Amino acid sequence: MDTYTFLIQLLNGIQYGLLLFLVASGLTLIFGIMGVINLSHGSFYMVGAYLAWSLSQHLGSFWIALPTGIVLSVALGMLLEWLFIKHLYRRDHLQQVLLTYGLILIFSELRSILWGDDVHSVAVPALLAGSIPLTEMLSYPVYRLWLSLVCVILAGLMYYLIQHTKLGMMIRAGASNREMTQSLGINIDVLYRSVFALGVALAAFAGMIAAPVSSVFPGMGNQVLIVCFVVVVIGGIGSVKGAMAAALLIGLVDTFGKVVEVEIGGLRILPELAGMSIYVFMAIVLLWRPEGLLVRRQH
Amino acid sequence: MTKPRPELTARREFLIGAGALAGMSLMPLAGCAKSDKLRVGLMLPYTGTYAQLGVAIENGFRLALADQDGKLGGREVEYFKVDDESNPAKATDNANEIITRDKVDVLIGTVHSGVAMGMIKVAREAGTLVLIPNAGANAATGELCSPNIFRTSFSNWQPTHPLGKVMVENGHKKAVFITWNYGAGQQAAESFSEGYTAAGGSVAKQMFVPFPNVEFQALLTEIAAIKPDAVACFFAGGGAVKFVKDYAAAGLKDKIPLYGSGFLTEGVLGAQGEAAEGLLTTLHYADSLDTPQNRAFRTAYLDAYSAQADVYAVQGYDTALLLQKALEQTGGDIGKRDAVIAAMEGAVIDSPRGQWTMSRAHNPIQDFYLRRVENGDNKVVGVAWKALEDPARGCNM
Amino acid sequence: MSKRLLIIGLSIGAVLLVAFPLIGDRFYIQFVTRILIMAMFAGSLNLLVGYTGLVSLGHAAFFGIAGYILALYAPETHAAGFWSSLLLSVSGAAVMALIIGALVLRTSGIFFIMVTLAFAEMLFFVFHDTAIAGGSDGIYIHERPVLMIGSWQPLNFANPSHFYYLVLVFSIGVILFMRTVLRSPFGQVIAGIRVNEHRMRALGFHTFRYKLVCFVIAGAIAGLAGYLAAVQFGVVNPEMLGWHLSGSVLMMVILGGMGTLAGPVLGAFSMMFLEEIFQALTKHWQLLIGAVIVLVALFLPRGLAGLLAKFNISPAAAGQSRRAPPHADV
Repeated sequence: MDTYTFLIQLLNGIQYGLLLFLVASGLTLIFGIMGVINLSHGSFYMVGAYLAWSLSQHLGSFWIALPTGIVLSVALGMLLEWLFIKHLYRRDHLQQVLLTYGLILIFSELRSILWGDDVHSVAVPALLAGSIPLTEMLSYPVYRLWLSLVCVILAGLMYYLIQHTKLGMMIRAGASNREMTQSLGINIDVLYRSVFALGVALAAFAGMIAAPVSSVFPGMGNQVLIVCFVVVVIGGIGSVKGAMAAALLIGLVDTFGKVVEVEIGGLRILPELAGMSIYVFMAIVLLWRPEGLLVRRQH
Repeated sequence: MTKPRPELTARREFLIGAGALAGMSLMPLAGCAKSDKLRVGLMLPYTGTYAQLGVAIENGFRLALADQDGKLGGREVEYFKVDDESNPAKATDNANEIITRDKVDVLIGTVHSGVAMGMIKVAREAGTLVLIPNAGANAATGELCSPNIFRTSFSNWQPTHPLGKVMVENGHKKAVFITWNYGAGQQAAESFSEGYTAAGGSVAKQMFVPFPNVEFQALLTEIAAIKPDAVACFFAGGGAVKFVKDYAAAGLKDKIPLYGSGFLTEGVLGAQGEAAEGLLTTLHYADSLDTPQNRAFRTAYLDAYSAQADVYAVQGYDTALLLQKALEQTGGDIGKRDAVIAAMEGAVIDSPRGQWTMSRAHNPIQDFYLRRVENGDNKVVGVAWKALEDPARGCNM
Repeated sequence: MSKRLLIIGLSIGAVLLVAFPLIGDRFYIQFVTRILIMAMFAGSLNLLVGYTGLVSLGHAAFFGIAGYILALYAPETHAAGFWSSLLLSVSGAAVMALIIGALVLRTSGIFFIMVTLAFAEMLFFVFHDTAIAGGSDGIYIHERPVLMIGSWQPLNFANPSHFYYLVLVFSIGVILFMRTVLRSPFGQVIAGIRVNEHRMRALGFHTFRYKLVCFVIAGAIAGLAGYLAAVQFGVVNPEMLGWHLSGSVLMMVILGGMGTLAGPVLGAFSMMFLEEIFQALTKHWQLLIGAVIVLVALFLPRGLAGLLAKFNISPAAAGQSRRAPPHADV
């Protein structure tokens, strides 16, 4: 691999990492901050992608579909919290696992009933449709660069919201001690409903803006679910900075795992076993730092 | 033409069976009920990633029977359906359910190769007659070939084999092959390099993407660095859409021609859009095949289901045609096992895909077409390989 | 009152289970065999999740590896010996559990969930991506192992009734074994670890070793279940090691009721049975399964076993006087 190709691969890795952060961002809130183990995160991502496809068909423009989709997903998040999640805050975490597992099945069937089982795609908006030549052979799509930019802005906003605003303070307080926060006169129910809805909206938003590059298909939610948990857990639960660092590292591991050739004792390990690279990476990180890379003190 | 309707008879019977189990009663179970209907089992995915394929196969099968009032060889047909979810972990359970509980005369299944392998194991032990309407695992008509196992679709060896010849004829002598790292992908890659090397090309590199990962950017960068004359690939479904779009977005499409096994552009051209224009693929069928059989088939399918037929529907349709031929020979008696098998082995099927016959290992000997994507349609350019037969390695039958 | 009900219930259940092959249809014998195997598998996970407080999302690794050991060990042309192949598969799973356990037990809570997932996925990709055992399409066990005592073959595994009895004996054996372990001083210690590990450590218990032993026992029982699953139909594929299976068996445990011996059995039985019934009703049967799961999560915090306890007929109500509180932390 020459230097220039290496640099392009580095770009690929970072770009993929930023995309992973985007996809996992909602989980950082719901799981990282609220402490709810939400297995249906991938379903919200899938719902977002299907919303982007179906709304841009009906409304004629991706740019109108986007805000409409966000409003709908906030409403969906509020509804789910009110119907299901709010009953489980004081319960065993495994009840949340069970419930959100049930939601995966429900969403997948509702998707099939509502939108069918076809593969779809969402056109890249004309404004961002171009590409920038990198070598005589290879160009980089502008939309991917725009996605990266959105991720960076989003990460900045989330960090600011959680660390430096009054709302963030209440969220953090609520996450470490519900009862105490309530006794300070904060309406914890409204607060939690909002945070959950924000998390759902983030997941759906990720699905919507990733749709033009990822295509829209039935199993897409389950595909991202595990990697989202990997990102949030490796980063250290509840840390936006940690999640960002983890996402970038995983992006790089995944990218280079596919193209670097590694032999151990005459046996080709990479790229033949590239599928396991992020799991090996996660195991190493967690055995080395059993609480994740950057831990926010919770207890 | 009457519109074929799905039935749920098998499932209703199961409810009775379930009640029997719960009460531990001695009620006669599903299989014991005597009737002179032909019991046809459909083990197909009706949920999950391959749900569309399962539905198309069943539609095609029923369409072929519609001309005979839904009968096969003059006998009424009773369907027993199971949703295999394309989940290999449940494959043996599901196959056993339809074979042992429903006691089907013939089992039609399935789409996913891993599920098919589990299904074949159960069917081999029970001796059930099986017709595979899609799953391409080479072993099914290779080392595991068996008198009671037939395939009406293709082996994974077949679709990528003719690509090499086409590519060399077009002057592309150095190629990269890219696919997913799983059984079908590995078999497609192997067969491609066999055909390509034989035609005088050299494979610069085989790339395997972890299944079902769809992040291709790293490998596209590597392809650009290798600068082959052409790229060949095997992807299907969501991955096929994403690969074709990413390939074009990376600016490679106009510089390094992309070829593929025909599944790359089956059922997903709408989603691929502009990015797929001009792609060359090889497959045993094309929507645009201009034959009387295909035109009639497509019109009838559209009338019956208000949907466009695809290669999976054709495979389902042909499965019924094959069964039809065999049962005509035995006057509808599927119990005459040897006669049924001999009839299927000797059958010549006039399919929408063209005429085909059974190989000695029970896999179609069929023409592979070269297709080019034009205006969102797979246009037939010519026949890439006439009467291609799977080598059936390891089959001692 | 409740104790007598329990004894009557258990006796009726036992008679029905023993007599079942005499009256049941071939398919239902195989179906119940399958449920018993899954119940055993779920029971082994319950040892970790329900009794020790270790939530593993990689438990299928041990189930699958035992199947693969059998597939690789069994010759293609003739049958493997039952005892030798069983011993090899189960001890293989146990050794794998020892290695993985020694590493993953350094973590706890959600980190434990993720590291167990990571190791299981590594194994999954080894079998899925390489050709060592048939790749993603799986591998066959061409001849079922043969059980011989001297020159006498008491059971023929190709006969579903014979195989049913083998599995039934193993299931009862596993339940009795777990009951004994849980009531022993060892069981008291792991119960203590679940409630408060720091306290147990302060009391001088080497908690890591206790957890490791527990992990190995659970791995070995999962291996036994995996071995039997592989023998039943003679097919092994990578999905047997995958996180989907780990996930659904975990759901069986939670649905059935963690920390009770009856829970996993109920969970396995209801999950598999409901699937069959709902499939009969609609193409969208997963919607109904999802709805049932959601309802159980909302209204039965102790799972289906908790429902039984309400009517005072579960072993938990009769046998164990103290029902430990739900997990403090995951």
